[in-house]
Amino acid sequence: MQNENLVQISFFNQLMLVHPRKKQNERSEASVQVSEYFVNAEGTGDKVNLSDLLGTVEKTSGASNKTKKQLRNLQSSKETLELPLNKQQTEKIQRGIAYEKTTAEVSCWKNIILQNQKAEQMVFPLNQESSGPKRVEQVVAGWKVQTPLEQEIFRLLHGSRQPVNDPVLTPVEEQSLKAMSLEEAKIRRAELQKARALQSYYEAKAKREKKIKSKKYHKVQNKAKRKDFLKQFDEMVKTNPEGALEELKKMELSRMEERMSLKHQNSGKWAKSKAIMAKYDDSARKAMQEQLQMNKDLTQKMVVPSDDEHESIEEGLETVPDFVNDPETVIDPVNPWMRGQLTHEEPEVSCVTAEEVQTAEEENEEEEIIGEFERKRKLRQADEEDLIPTEEEHVVEVSDKEEEDEDEEEDVSEFNTLFRLMRSEKTREGSNQTRGGLNTAGEEDEEGLLSEGQIRVRSIEDLEVLDEVVEPRAIEEPSAPQTAAAEATSEPPHKKKREINLKEVLTKEAKAVRLPFLPTVVDEEERDEQISIIKEAFAGDDVISDFIKDKSRQEAAGRPAVVDLTLPGWGEWGGVGLKPPRWKRKRFRIKTAPPPPRQDQKLPDVIISEKRTASVASHQVSQLPFPFQNTAQFESSIRTPIGSTWNTQTVVKNMTKPKVVTKLGAIIEPMVKEDFIKSKTTAAGGKGAAIMLGENRRAKEGTKRSAENKKKKSSCGC
Amino acid sequence: MLVFGFWTTKICNTRNCFNKIVLIALFSLTFHCNGFASIVCPDLKKILTKFDSPSRWFMLGKKCKVPAGARERLKEAIAISEAMSEHAQKQAARYDLLLPEDAGFLEGDEDEDTNTISQADIADAVDITSGSKYFNLHLSQFGPYRLDYSRTGRNLLVGGKKGHVACIDWQTKDLKCEMNVMETVNDVKWLHTEAMFAVAQKRWLYIYDSKGVELHCVKKFNDVLRMQFLPYHFLLATASATGFLQYLDVSIGKEVAAICTKMGRLDVMAQNPHNAVIHLGHPNGTVSLWSPNQKESLVKMLCHRGAVRSLAVDKTGTYMVTSGLDRKLKVYDIRAFKPLHSCFLPAGASCLSLSQRGLLSAATGEIVQVYQNVLGSNPVSKPYMAHRLRGQIWGLAYCPFEDVLGIGHGEGFTSMIVPGAGEPNFDALDTNPYRSHKQRQEWEVKALLEKVQPELIGLDPGQLSKVDQASFEQRHKEQIEALGFDPLAKDKFKPRTKKKGRSSAGAIEKRKRKVAHEDQRDEIRQSVQERTEREKELKEKSNEKKLGNKSTLDRFRK
Repeated sequence: MQNENLVQISFFNQLMLVHPRKKQNERSEASVQVSEYFVNAEGTGDKVNLSDLLGTVEKTSGASNKTKKQLRNLQSSKETLELPLNKQQTEKIQRGIAYEKTTAEVSCWKNIILQNQKAEQMVFPLNQESSGPKRVEQVVAGWKVQTPLEQEIFRLLHGSRQPVNDPVLTPVEEQSLKAMSLEEAKIRRAELQKARALQSYYEAKAKREKKIKSKKYHKVQNKAKRKDFLKQFDEMVKTNPEGALEELKKMELSRMEERMSLKHQNSGKWAKSKAIMAKYDDSARKAMQEQLQMNKDLTQKMVVPSDDEHESIEEGLETVPDFVNDPETVIDPVNPWMRGQLTHEEPEVSCVTAEEVQTAEEENEEEEIIGEFERKRKLRQADEEDLIPTEEEHVVEVSDKEEEDEDEEEDVSEFNTLFRLMRSEKTREGSNQTRGGLNTAGEEDEEGLLSEGQIRVRSIEDLEVLDEVVEPRAIEEPSAPQTAAAEATSEPPHKKKREINLKEVLTKEAKAVRLPFLPTVVDEEERDEQISIIKEAFAGDDVISDFIKDKSRQEAAGRPAVVDLTLPGWGEWGGVGLKPPRWKRKRFRIKTAPPPPRQDQKLPDVIISEKRTASVASHQVSQLPFPFQNTAQFESSIRTPIGSTWNTQTVVKNMTKPKVVTKLGAIIEPMVKEDFIKSKTTAAGGKGAAIMLGENRRAKEGTKRSAENKKKKSSCGC
Repeated sequence: MLVFGFWTTKICNTRNCFNKIVLIALFSLTFHCNGFASIVCPDLKKILTKFDSPSRWFMLGKKCKVPAGARERLKEAIAISEAMSEHAQKQAARYDLLLPEDAGFLEGDEDEDTNTISQADIADAVDITSGSKYFNLHLSQFGPYRLDYSRTGRNLLVGGKKGHVACIDWQTKDLKCEMNVMETVNDVKWLHTEAMFAVAQKRWLYIYDSKGVELHCVKKFNDVLRMQFLPYHFLLATASATGFLQYLDVSIGKEVAAICTKMGRLDVMAQNPHNAVIHLGHPNGTVSLWSPNQKESLVKMLCHRGAVRSLAVDKTGTYMVTSGLDRKLKVYDIRAFKPLHSCFLPAGASCLSLSQRGLLSAATGEIVQVYQNVLGSNPVSKPYMAHRLRGQIWGLAYCPFEDVLGIGHGEGFTSMIVPGAGEPNFDALDTNPYRSHKQRQEWEVKALLEKVQPELIGLDPGQLSKVDQASFEQRHKEQIEALGFDPLAKDKFKPRTKKKGRSSAGAIEKRKRKVAHEDQRDEIRQSVQERTEREKELKEKSNEKKLGNKSTLDRFRK
């Protein structure tokens, strides 16, 4: 009895492990030692074996043989109960399951939350009835049938299932329309089944065939296919010429592809290995030849056996040399990447800039020096004697060309810019003058400049020389318009250089205006006189040169200074006015990167300040807000002003509508799951009958409610 | 002679006026003058459909394209903003219909130049109220006169050189105040309302109220020669004989900036209504542009070979007209700083003024000439109107919202009728010529609340809506340093790994090459397409030219 008790207790303990939450019942029966909370079993240390218990069974006579046998079997089998998992593990498993469940539960909110986040405006409380006029059905839906007469009418209406509003057919009629006869349905089902089965067979077959790795098999297969195709094609030519043409086109395409690729050219890894083997192995040789044959076949031009003319053309083609068949250069206008280096640069404009001259010179210096001297001699013959010293200076400079100084370079570049400006000016002027009936001067000037273009000019003085050469021709032109001519002639000769600048800066030709009032109309002579008087008055202050000086000063200020870190080394002289060696200058004079080009680079008569205004910066956005990836996107998104100053009233209202609107005094309930799920289902499901009998409605509502309850229960259960 | 469209007799529509879109833009919306004339069509529906694709006038900047691999949120943000701006443009275009008035014009008979029509003839031809806008004030004692119209166009302020200052409601000819300040008067200017005006006297700058009571004597501003008032910034800009350009904030009474221009005597001044930049003309033929935020000029341009005599900037801030001692009149595009055309006036123009609708008046000696279509690429040949006066002209100003040009000269003041000068439609919320006392008060409060800070003045009025590039780059660099990677960089294309040997190095390289230089490719493709189209067009044109003689069937062609 005691033993039995113990067994029971151990079972009980196990049970407790499985269901730890169940409250333990205290034993109330009498025993020798009874603890306050639990039975204190005597001798729990020594285990009870099954054999102990079964020993008695053998001895008892009442027990049937069958049970004895069963017990013996039980004893012999060594299957034991598995140990229950320990607490941590069970908890872990439980947590995992709970997590999955809750994620499933919570994730159904995900969509609605995202939707609300994205919404431009949220109006709380949600699910408000829209104000304003309602549809008749909506109004009637809330109305209950009360009087017996109404009930009678409604019963009649819904008894016959007549449509209440729009739909012409009754629901019954619709259903009957939709329904199919049984036989029809059966036939259709059978058809579908058959089709599905066939499809699956075909798929399985294709799969199997695709998996076959044997090359020979595929080869044979392909060959068969090709043959088949050729047969079909021959037929097609007779029966369906259009289709055949298309096939032909396809073939042509494959031919093109073949010609482009190196697939069968025996240039691959495999082919090379075969080539090595080919000496000794017949099969390898054969395989290679086959490949080449394949290439030949594929690249062969399709011959359309139609007219004699075509044939003759074909014959002609065959005699054409091989290079015709070389791949053509594909010049795709849309894809310039295909062009590669094949595009040839456009021929340079014929006029030679000073820079080009410079580069050309550097190529063959000696020749150039000789040419230089010659040219100088010519110049000297042409010009006055006072210019000679500068030229000599120039010649000297040319002779020690190797020792180029930075400053010098700067001079040259400055001249280059000036020169370019001048040229553009001239051309523009020329066009202007053609309009004004005078075109020779400009053109001649230009020609003059071009002919002089090869003189290497290294300083401003040289520039003056150039001007002197060019200018006289322009002045000699007799029939200039009054203003321009006056301007040109009245200028004293030593200001020629500035004259050019003037043209460069103030370009627009003035047009005289006809006036209605007599006294203001000035006679031509008088006008000229006046002009000359004005010229005299303003002879002193040269506005334009001042301006150009100012501009060059500003430009110079903007340029980064060269940092000179040269120091005299051991055994070298120190002091002022020394020229450190070239390598030192190269190494220790640090040039910083030039700033970006000035805004007024191409406007000779404008100075635009390059200073950054910091005053606006404090009001500007300096960090891109979240979704934007570059400044252009952000700037374009705020380019439309939202204020009422720039917009109509409706637009302003629309643009500045608040993100959240709450109704005054209304309680904002937290969102219920049913809310959005229901809204979805109603949106998805069609409309029911607009008007329902009171009882009907109640019944429907009842069912809905019960369904909801069920849902709730089930959710609670899980 | 035909005189058309004096809108002055019409009944005004007051605060309910809807033309909110027609505003002098503080930021980037440009004024559209020519938009009105095109919309005189009874078929409303047609017009509305026309405006369903917003017209050019109302376009605000460039549309942003959604990049190919953009995130979902970015796509949404761009889509929303694009939809919004398109909606705004459409609405603006639709409301443009509701601007009721047309501008007037003057048309001569055959063989009759409009500039030979005298003012008296015009005054006789038009209705009585309009005719009464031509009048003379004979004030020979204290002349010559400077003048200024208030922003609503109702009040006129005249200041004689010898100290006579008067303000008049010029339409009713009601004299508000009159006084002699017993000092030389260099310039007069209305402040933001009709209640206050500034007078630049011999030594200091004075501010009076409309009854002539002296409110302030601003001794920080001495020897002022010219003044300009920036209405949206509440700034009074003054140019002095000592070469100083000073800004006075009239809402708080503080000097905002004092800039020494180092350019000598400053007696030529104009403001650009588009971006509130002050233009100064100098004796060395340059025109310089100034903002209170920079001690040096924003831009300096050489306009004339002699001194600059006068300046005017049009309302859209696109054109500048200058006249100089070299007796040339030049029109500049001040967005590009390039001259458009110039013409030679035999007498030279001493004063210039541009009307709201782009008529240019120039005072040449004793004659005032009005030019039409000056602001364009085609040069002018003859004046639209002309009027001869007695005495030297010292001040010229168009009256806003009226077809009237006010002329201050040695013998007093003349109001001249110039049909087509004024903007026919006003914005009742901004400048309402018919506003009541109460409305004016309300407007003043609102305008003060919307006051634009002087820091925002610059060449580009849309600067505020741009990202501060310098600090953005700086910050971005720091971010890259901190993170170790560029968060804004486009992530590199990583080809997916494929099986069956299709992910060999060569195959991967091929796949990479397919998407390489995607952005450049787009650009190139576009440019090439454009070029081909252009060539096509040229070819067609040349073909047409070649053909020359058309066949009879050509008439059915479009």
